[in-house]
Amino acid sequence: MSLFINLTLNGVTNGMIFAAVALGLVFIWRATHIVNFGQGSMAMFTTYLAVTLLDRQVNYWLAFAAALVAGLVMGAVVETVLIRPLRGKPALNPVIVTLGLFILLEGMAGSIFGIGNRSFPPAFSQAGLTFGHTKVAFSHFDVFILVAVVVLMLGTLVLFRATSLGLRMRAAAFAPEVARLLGVRVGRILTLGWALAAVAGSLAGLLVAPTVSFSPNFMDLVLVYAFTAAVLGGLDSPVGALVGGLVTGLALSYVGGYLGSSLEPLGALAILMVVLSARPEGLFSRPEPRRV
Amino acid sequence: MNKEPHTKKEPRHVGRRRIGIVTVVVATGLLFAACSSNSSSSTTTTAAGTSSNNGGATAPGVTATSITIGATTPLTGPAAPGYSEIAAASNAIFKWANANGGVNGRQINYIIKDDAYNPANTVTLTRQLVQQNNIFADVGSLGTPTQLAVQSFLNTNKVPQLFVESGCNCWSQSKFPWTFGWQTNYTVEGKILGQYINQKFPGQKVGYLYQADEFGQDFIKGLDAELPTTTVVSRQNYDAATLAGPMSNQIAALKAAGAQVVALATVPAATALALLPAASIGYAPQWVSSNVGADPPTVAALLNSFSKGAAGASLLNGMISDAYAPPEADTSNAWIQAIQKVLTKYDPGAPLDGNTTYGVELGYTFIQALQKAGPDLTRAGIVSAIESSGSKLVTAGLVPLTYSKSVHFGYSGAQIATINNGATTVTGPVYTSTINGPIKVFTGTGTPPPASLLNLS
Amino acid sequence: MPSIPDQPGAGSGTVAADGVPDAVPDAEMPGSQSPDMPSTGGRPSIRFPGVPWLRLPRQPLLRHLLFGAVAAVGFYLLTGSLSAFNNFRLGEIALYAIALAGLSLLTGTNGQISLGQGAFMAVGAYTLGVLMTHTSWPLAVDVLAAILLSGALGVVVGIPATRLKGPYLAGMTLILALALPRIADKYTAFFGGDQGLTVTAPTPPGTIDPQRWLTWIQLAGAIIVLILLANLLRSRFGRSFRAVRDDEIAAGLAGIHVARTKVLAFTVAASCAGLAGAFLGLSIGVVNTGEFSLTLSIYLLAGMVLGGAGSLVGAWWGAIVIVFMPGWSNSIANSFSLGSAVAANLSLVIFGLVLIVVIMAVPTGIQGGISWLAGRGLSLVRGGGQPRGSPAPPAIATAPDITTGGG
Repeated sequence: MSLFINLTLNGVTNGMIFAAVALGLVFIWRATHIVNFGQGSMAMFTTYLAVTLLDRQVNYWLAFAAALVAGLVMGAVVETVLIRPLRGKPALNPVIVTLGLFILLEGMAGSIFGIGNRSFPPAFSQAGLTFGHTKVAFSHFDVFILVAVVVLMLGTLVLFRATSLGLRMRAAAFAPEVARLLGVRVGRILTLGWALAAVAGSLAGLLVAPTVSFSPNFMDLVLVYAFTAAVLGGLDSPVGALVGGLVTGLALSYVGGYLGSSLEPLGALAILMVVLSARPEGLFSRPEPRRV
Repeated sequence: MNKEPHTKKEPRHVGRRRIGIVTVVVATGLLFAACSSNSSSSTTTTAAGTSSNNGGATAPGVTATSITIGATTPLTGPAAPGYSEIAAASNAIFKWANANGGVNGRQINYIIKDDAYNPANTVTLTRQLVQQNNIFADVGSLGTPTQLAVQSFLNTNKVPQLFVESGCNCWSQSKFPWTFGWQTNYTVEGKILGQYINQKFPGQKVGYLYQADEFGQDFIKGLDAELPTTTVVSRQNYDAATLAGPMSNQIAALKAAGAQVVALATVPAATALALLPAASIGYAPQWVSSNVGADPPTVAALLNSFSKGAAGASLLNGMISDAYAPPEADTSNAWIQAIQKVLTKYDPGAPLDGNTTYGVELGYTFIQALQKAGPDLTRAGIVSAIESSGSKLVTAGLVPLTYSKSVHFGYSGAQIATINNGATTVTGPVYTSTINGPIKVFTGTGTPPPASLLNLS
Repeated sequence: MPSIPDQPGAGSGTVAADGVPDAVPDAEMPGSQSPDMPSTGGRPSIRFPGVPWLRLPRQPLLRHLLFGAVAAVGFYLLTGSLSAFNNFRLGEIALYAIALAGLSLLTGTNGQISLGQGAFMAVGAYTLGVLMTHTSWPLAVDVLAAILLSGALGVVVGIPATRLKGPYLAGMTLILALALPRIADKYTAFFGGDQGLTVTAPTPPGTIDPQRWLTWIQLAGAIIVLILLANLLRSRFGRSFRAVRDDEIAAGLAGIHVARTKVLAFTVAASCAGLAGAFLGLSIGVVNTGEFSLTLSIYLLAGMVLGGAGSLVGAWWGAIVIVFMPGWSNSIANSFSLGSAVAANLSLVIFGLVLIVVIMAVPTGIQGGISWLAGRGLSLVRGGGQPRGSPAPPAIATAPDITTGGG
């Protein structure tokens, strides 16, 4: 029983991180209908920036904030410089450009920061909390992960549902021509979508980094599973990202814990195939009316 | 087949296609022409040197004043952290040898290629090293799957595959006479640690946590040879290709099984990813780690920052491991002092840790093998030199090298080590063994480093 | 190995009179009906524009065979003058070209984005490895089995894939590429684990150099595959592939069985990957999971688009990039005389930059760029100022699914 509880707690923590990265993918998908394979390495890069600041004795939360801001800037720059010029070009091209970005950033991080294993201090203790007499696999830091991602999710919800900016973002995503006619500066809105996505990614990077020995590749698998989560939940749904993240996290945890770690990706594949067979556009995707 | 309703439009295509085919073949040819002219210019220099004045040697990659060797090792990708330090450290001691007049008057030129730990890359790059860069020998290439992929090629072409950086049992096989291992193989390590567990913690429940590859499995083989099967209560593993975060699941399973002793066959980063979640749930078994995963500078640094404040490196305290070479923390050891000097001078910025000491020591073994092979250097010559006098080479090792005509393993034993306060100390008898043989106590003593190394400033 | 210029934009929705949507419509080549060209079928040959004495067979299969023969002779001569290492690399180019051609058909022509081509290569390689370990069947049978088994898996994956739109399929195939090799990690007794399975390259007859012999086999495989694919693309199936890519519903209305078409494309691509995987196994000599990392699948997709999505000649260019690019970028990086580790990472930077710059500068990939240049060149030769038929790099292919989601 304690095994089950610990596996569940691990699954939830990992799931929240997948959800944060998946949310970034959803932002980008809603803005530009592209899957950003550079999402993980962008987050990796901003995490390196944060640890560089920490090495220089900068205040922890200042470095944390700096990484988020760096993410914001990086997302905007990537959209403006790399993605926007490709609008109207073959649709696979921006995807390949993001693959190029993925390779480029990992090479850059390796050459600039070195490829040795680094470590990143957590914001809070990683010692498990005690319930009754047993320590469980859930620490203050895990609580922080949970809170941070929930805040991120709520912020997204408020942004899309309750602000005019969110309305403009939705308009720009789903009916760019109409939005443009109505005076929405679509280009800027799309840039903003990328910027916010990169912030979500940076946050995920900062949350993952303390739990792994991080190197330029530390977000690779996180991105793969986050992509699984986003697809599972439906690429245009923030709620889907959260649910997809949790399902993926729990599935990996149970498969790994009960069947062996080699089978984790096979478990993810199985779930994905089952869900997509029933709902080809993910759990929470709204069926898009066919435009003729 | 002929259901083409629009054949009338084809002529235009044909025009371009015709050009397409010619372009494809010609362009491919030109590419190769361009590449070979580049590479042949570099190979010709070597070849010219070989024919003009080679000091009596006729081997590829050898001139009167130089010897070219190569290695493949991960410098990018997930396997690169840590491992990427090794080849640079080997090169540091080669630079030291070069600064001291080279070996038999020859400067060592070490070509290091990045295979990202992908055997497909290793094959291409090794062929390039042999067929284009014209290396004399492949020295200090890293990895089990990667080096297995080129073992046959190197042996067929009679290129020495020296001192493979892996403890696989596969480097000493009569069908591969050109291959030599170097470090103690994982099974022997497992046996020595297994015997220790048996003696020190009799009857306690033992759990395994191992990397699901040759390294982990060979190590487990050694443990299983020594431990009664009934004491092993849980066998957890992880797949290096999919290890993304803390191994909380495996740890939870080990705890649930009630393992009191946990034997680790993990790489350093994975050791940290095992210790941290264990500390997090208050699980503190006796850790027993392979030499590979118990490098305190690496593991402790990771743990220190992982667990803000409190625990940190202290999580490593009391961990039992083994060592076949002096631990880097033993700064009173003359070898460690010498290695530190070599690194400071020729690989500035490199840390003194398990990887760099390994690289320097391995490089020094090669330098000595070269010396033993004599001035008339040939590939067969260096192989027979290692076979005949390899066991007498001066090394930093706690155990002697065991090279012979039939044994192509290097070190074949270890001493039990304990980690406390971020430092490894070796204690007790030095054991030697072979994969199927009994464990024996070694009574000899190590060899001090040569004065030229010690006096390096 | 003809290029198949696809014009999805122009082709979408154009339904020919016989009910088959035409993906190579008139709009593609305005003014292509030059007076010196036959305007109706029935003649046994085609005149080569500008070269009146050269007549090419009208029958696509014959014409492709002729091209294949030209390529075969060209490569035969080339292998004779190359060193052992360059022959090895030529063989690698051939095998990657096979994998890329299959992917190009699947993604470029049929619009299904797959990041799982590496997984199917693994199936082919492991089939070869297992058969070589446990049987003494001839190589041809082993290779055939590799093609069939990976093709069969292509059917299994292709069936659920029929309902998936671009990114969802990309997600599923990405996790497939990660998951499938783990089976070999799990069942080490059968698949050899880390050590992998040993694969022996075929023994050449007579005194032929073994490396050259293997390269010939790989080149022959590539030429045969490319001829078959070229023919497939010119056939009814090829038009169905494009029609389904451009508009599934219109294709369905036109009588095309959409799901079957998509599964067929998946199967063909997987079979190609299987053959490529078997050939990779022969090149390396050992089959193990390290060879089939996620990176492989990613590089295959990138190489395919870089070469020119939907173009078979583009597959060849993509294969050249995959084989040569690491070496090139590495030698550039090494020229800065940095430490080996920094240089290795710098070469990744160069690779990433090249990928980004080429895709942004020449959206249609290398083959798109070449045919654009060739189009200009041809028109200059003819004296026409305006390159006819190709005013700009033609959009060789798009995969509409990844953007439109709903089609």
